[in-house]
Amino acid sequence: MGVMVVTTPNDPKPIGRRRLGALAAAGLAAAGLGSARADDASETPDSWPVLRPMIFGKQQVADGSKLIALDAPYRALDAAMVPISVQLLADPGRVRRLTLVIDQNPVPLAARFTLGDRSGIGLIATRVRVNDYTNIRAVAELDDATLRGVARFVKAAGGCSAPMAKEEAGSIALGTMRFRELPGKPGTALREAQLMIRHPNNSGMQMDQLTQLYIPAHYITSVRIFQGTDLLLAAETGVSMAQNPELRFSFRPNGASTFRAEAIDNKGKHFTGEWPAEAAS
Amino acid sequence: MRATRRAVLSVGAGLASGFAFGAPASGALRSNFVQPIAPGIYAHFGQLALTTPANEGDIANLAFVIGKRAVAVIDTGGSVAVGARLLEAVRAVTDKPVRYVVNTHEHPDHVFGNAAFLGTGCVFVGHHNLPNSLARRGPYYLRSYRDQLGAAAIAEVRIVPPTLLVHAPVTLDLGGRRLRLAAWSPAHSDCDLTVFDDATGTLLSGDLDFLEHVPVVDGSLEGWLDVLRSLPDIPARMVLPGHGRLIAAWPVATDDERRYLERLKADSLRMIAEGVPLEAATARIGISERSRWELFNAYNGRNATVAYTELEWE
Repeated sequence: MGVMVVTTPNDPKPIGRRRLGALAAAGLAAAGLGSARADDASETPDSWPVLRPMIFGKQQVADGSKLIALDAPYRALDAAMVPISVQLLADPGRVRRLTLVIDQNPVPLAARFTLGDRSGIGLIATRVRVNDYTNIRAVAELDDATLRGVARFVKAAGGCSAPMAKEEAGSIALGTMRFRELPGKPGTALREAQLMIRHPNNSGMQMDQLTQLYIPAHYITSVRIFQGTDLLLAAETGVSMAQNPELRFSFRPNGASTFRAEAIDNKGKHFTGEWPAEAAS
Repeated sequence: MRATRRAVLSVGAGLASGFAFGAPASGALRSNFVQPIAPGIYAHFGQLALTTPANEGDIANLAFVIGKRAVAVIDTGGSVAVGARLLEAVRAVTDKPVRYVVNTHEHPDHVFGNAAFLGTGCVFVGHHNLPNSLARRGPYYLRSYRDQLGAAAIAEVRIVPPTLLVHAPVTLDLGGRRLRLAAWSPAHSDCDLTVFDDATGTLLSGDLDFLEHVPVVDGSLEGWLDVLRSLPDIPARMVLPGHGRLIAAWPVATDDERRYLERLKADSLRMIAEGVPLEAATARIGISERSRWELFNAYNGRNATVAYTELEWE
């Protein structure tokens, strides 16, 4: 890999509508295959000035570095499986929604999370595909509807069009969910939990050269996780989420005896799971 | 490790004293591109390096085997330039036709030289999964290797799928010499193929065996460990690994690799059980192996990612 110099051109390359796509229309994004990487490898175009109004409308995104800590590897080990995490540093109770944007991906809007009232969520972590050297952004929407954002630059390439990890032996059914509670940060009332969903999350950007056809996009579009009857976390997700989508988050236990998760994929398949809460301590 | 090294040395010494056979033509030796490793078998040792424009993707071990009537080439290197040099080396030692080009799996450093052999009338041979792997990954490789190899070198590359597919074991008859080809379940890749010359007891393992160069997991960690339970049954005397600049005694040549893969597995399972998230786990999985391998930093983190995300579903 050559040395990458990040520049911010005065005249950012315009990005057509299909470049952003809609979360639900990932198939269109296949047209963007191979165009994400600027031919001149010495610059990564700054597409944010174009993306921002497409995702957030007229609202400005203020600096959120005091509110949000976004962690992502500077150089991805595996472009198709890049772990990222967002910590809410202050007033986590004020954050209503959290949006993840991967500027240079064919479908930049990776996920939009809605945090349940009183969920106490202070951490959201997941794994994404990264198709190019890119900024990754986390934008929080506060209870006064203002937006605060932070960005991290990540070096990775080919995550979206890279063939997914191996066709697994089929012993684990599509949509199988695993849920577990993890030890939270010591000294806090918060706990952590992890939800994993067995799903190829095909990006629709992988071509089968035998048929010259793209493997159709097949991915999770929506996830909702409940503690008892209270919504903890809802996510609208797109093809930038990695294979076998995983969500890890902190939350405040509410004494409920079960956790429940629902997921839907773009073919309209519903998947559900329910698990007993660990003995409330 | 120490035991393996000793075994390696002893085989090396045996080879050196055995070089009287076959009387390799001077051309090949002059070029130094290939070396005879057994009667009628020549090997090219790729560099222990990542692909760069300067090394032209010459990072994998390649070989050819000469029978009474024909030649088989095993892997063609990471660029057409490397493939052409291999063909030149064949031509320098024999005028017998290249009947087969065997690709041991789909990775660019083993197949990007295929185009150099398109004019020889050879049959391309591979694992029954190889066409599918090339179909799915070929375009991605061509794109993602542009930076690593350079645009001009990439422009020459052709993705050439095999037409002779190996399901059950296949024997290639080169005239008085039989190569036994075996297709394996997902291990290093999804389409690993080994070539065994029983006349000399030489195994051309492709990337099912790594020496010196840290193993790269692109198929299945569990699958590879599983394959390593039966791979040593091949009655070979020595192996040309897919990477590593040496010929080694068989099957002790698999010991280092097995230890590394077992370490990846054990570390991953422990991290998963402890709830250590992927990003923190990948900085720790396999780290105790660092001093034992070349290119460790280039590949271990990715191996750790593959191991962790495979095993978290076990």
